[in-house]
Amino acid sequence: MTDRWFKIGLLVAPAFLITLVGGMAFTLMWGASSSFQQAGWGFYTQLTWDPVHHVYGGGVFILGSVVTTLLALCLAIPVALAIGLFTGYYFTTGPIAVMSQWVLDLLASVPSVIFGFWGLMVMVPAVRNIEMWLGVAPYGVGLFSGSVVLATMMIPLTASLIRESVATVSAELKEGALALGATPLEVVRHIVWPISLPGIGSAIMLGFGRAIGETMAVTMVVGNANHLPTHLFDPTNTIASLIASEFGETSDPVVVAHLIHLGLILLALSLAAGMLGRYIIRKQS
Amino acid sequence: MMSVPTTFRVIDLRVSIGVDAIIRGISMDFFANTVTSIMGPSGCGKTTFIRCMNRLHELVPSIQVSGDIVLFNQNIFSVNPMLIRRQVGMVFQRPNPFPTMSIFENVVAGYRLNGIRLAKSESSQIVETSLLKAGLWHEVKDSLHRKGAFLSGGQQQRLCIARALAMDPSVLLLDEPTSALDPKSTSHIEDLIAELKESVSIIMVTHNIGQASRVSDYTAFFLAGELVEYGTTQKLFTVPDDPRTEEYLSRKFG
Amino acid sequence: MHSSLGTDAKLSRRVLQDRLFKLILVGVALGVVLLLTTIIGFVIQQGISVINWSFFTHLPQPPGASHSGILNAILGTLMLTVLASLISIPVGIWCGVAMAEHPLHPLVKWAQVSVDGIQSIPSILFGIMAYLWVVVPMGQFSAVSGAVALSMIMLPIVIRAVEEAVRRVPTTMREASLALGVSPFRTTIKVVIPCALNGILTGSLLGVSRISGETAPLLFTAFGSPFLVISIFQPVQSMPILIYNYATSPYADWQQIGWGASLVLILFCFVLSVGTRWVFKR
Repeated sequence: MTDRWFKIGLLVAPAFLITLVGGMAFTLMWGASSSFQQAGWGFYTQLTWDPVHHVYGGGVFILGSVVTTLLALCLAIPVALAIGLFTGYYFTTGPIAVMSQWVLDLLASVPSVIFGFWGLMVMVPAVRNIEMWLGVAPYGVGLFSGSVVLATMMIPLTASLIRESVATVSAELKEGALALGATPLEVVRHIVWPISLPGIGSAIMLGFGRAIGETMAVTMVVGNANHLPTHLFDPTNTIASLIASEFGETSDPVVVAHLIHLGLILLALSLAAGMLGRYIIRKQS
Repeated sequence: MMSVPTTFRVIDLRVSIGVDAIIRGISMDFFANTVTSIMGPSGCGKTTFIRCMNRLHELVPSIQVSGDIVLFNQNIFSVNPMLIRRQVGMVFQRPNPFPTMSIFENVVAGYRLNGIRLAKSESSQIVETSLLKAGLWHEVKDSLHRKGAFLSGGQQQRLCIARALAMDPSVLLLDEPTSALDPKSTSHIEDLIAELKESVSIIMVTHNIGQASRVSDYTAFFLAGELVEYGTTQKLFTVPDDPRTEEYLSRKFG
Repeated sequence: MHSSLGTDAKLSRRVLQDRLFKLILVGVALGVVLLLTTIIGFVIQQGISVINWSFFTHLPQPPGASHSGILNAILGTLMLTVLASLISIPVGIWCGVAMAEHPLHPLVKWAQVSVDGIQSIPSILFGIMAYLWVVVPMGQFSAVSGAVALSMIMLPIVIRAVEEAVRRVPTTMREASLALGVSPFRTTIKVVIPCALNGILTGSLLGVSRISGETAPLLFTAFGSPFLVISIFQPVQSMPILIYNYATSPYADWQQIGWGASLVLILFCFVLSVGTRWVFKR
């Protein structure tokens, strides 16, 4: 008797998960439906978000999210690659490697609100100094600060994933190349790099997916200005950050629908990155 | 040969997985209080065969079985497999004591896991007799409540035999029980098998011809899913009827 | 190629390139790791000064008042994580076991995609879902709604951990149990899950460590509260929300308390995530 229920339960579980995801998708679609109807495709090209005059466009936030994340990616990738190669290839054992790994694990477990806090208190004043020196408006907060904080948060995760991928390159191959007289750099370039490239690519995609949905740290330093940045240091806004600051504040169902619409776009971007990352991994193995 | 009571009767058993026929129509009887060896080259279906006898083959999703297996006049395919498995003990190729349980708990695992409550004195009694039968009692009696990880492979395998014997089975299935063990542990277990047949009928799969000739009363030779020859060990090893048996034995011994 | 192999000039150029690359790489890596370490150092340096006994036993006070504490946030975060765990650990074990038992079933394949999907959802969207599912019907912010949002973040972590742990239990364990006449249900409950317990625990604790620092999904679910709240149907304060509110406040002493709370939260997450990984590895 229990065994029949057990068998049924084992099949109900996956069905439950599929329904759960379906329910999530339905909830968001349903919540955003009035936004689809009212704004239509114009929502994506409209660059004004003005609740006072009832003009709602998502363009700024979509671009803001993508630009902030891409900039963060540009900052984080070289560093994450260096750390990944450092701990996955050059110093796989020994106190320095262990210490570095510890710091990375520790940082990976630090909640994003604390990165935001640090960004606000330490980095923003520093950026303000740079801005004064450069002669641009010294807000401190803005696109650049948002990207730097985001990059800081991405580095531990991306570096760990890259290290894992680099470390899977078999010792025989590396030793084989060294035995032919290659320098360690040439081993990296001709052996390690091509083999771990899919892993690195997927690490970057997963990092992108995580970063674009990241809310708190960005919302604290990006400036929350609902316009497109005109230069690197200009305050701007992202989807996640807009939702964080507006969703709880408004009781207007129209605004709620537009915010959920933006949330769906964010979801699509992050799902695409996640799926691409996983696709790269699967293709490799 | 027919004077001894039978345990299992296998009638035209055919097993296939997908399009591959694993067993192609085997019929044979097994006798009480004897050791029967099933030998043959790898891939001959001997492990699949023995796993059908307690219906453990059903773990393979796409497996197809026809024919009948009767145990003491009861068709095993017409009752709940759990009832059959409690009457028929099994020991596997690799020792597999439960790592989360102590030695004591491992021996009475068949009761505990089936939700059968035993009085404390009863379970102690079962543990002692089973471990004595398995020849392990004197080695472990002072550490019954420790987990079995410190035991050697041979000791672990004897613990698994004790676990099967604790359920007081009428038949014990051994699936290459010594294939993962060193020679000393192997001979220890072979001695044990010879002693055990007093109280339980044993059906053993082996890839080791020497083992079959040393411990078994009857031997069956399987080839490509068919039963080539079945008879007393002495006859099969000295004057086999079938040239394929002769060839297999000479090649293996040669 | 062949002839140039032996020339000294080429060899020394290759060696030079190699050294230079390694130097730059090690420099960048160590430099950034050091820089990142200073973040932790900064939190410790700022936070340690406000942490004392009354910090843990008092409620938050208005700016300028002494003996301000974070008791309500600590209890609130405990309440939220316990509630979320009560939802996602049982459900996660159930789903994880199911997915490990029938890996090839078409439903399970779709469920795999679903779990991947949930893992890619930005955490703030769980806040929106819990808002629409719980806050709107209940008519107010509450600890339950926050726990629902957090449990959806935790669920895929637990599922993946359980699935992997169950899959790693050797088939022979299952066979040994079945061969003793034990039912599939009892085999799973009494043999497979105990064998997989380490992995299940590790995954659950990693999940707890992950959600205990989540802020975004709580903004419009658990919301926050200056009071000590016992009811799970009331808005409740939490560590990350307290840090967010104090960090963005204009008062220096509130910010200082924010640093203290940050240090406590980092230690909590760190002990959970690194600690469990380290303990269960041996």
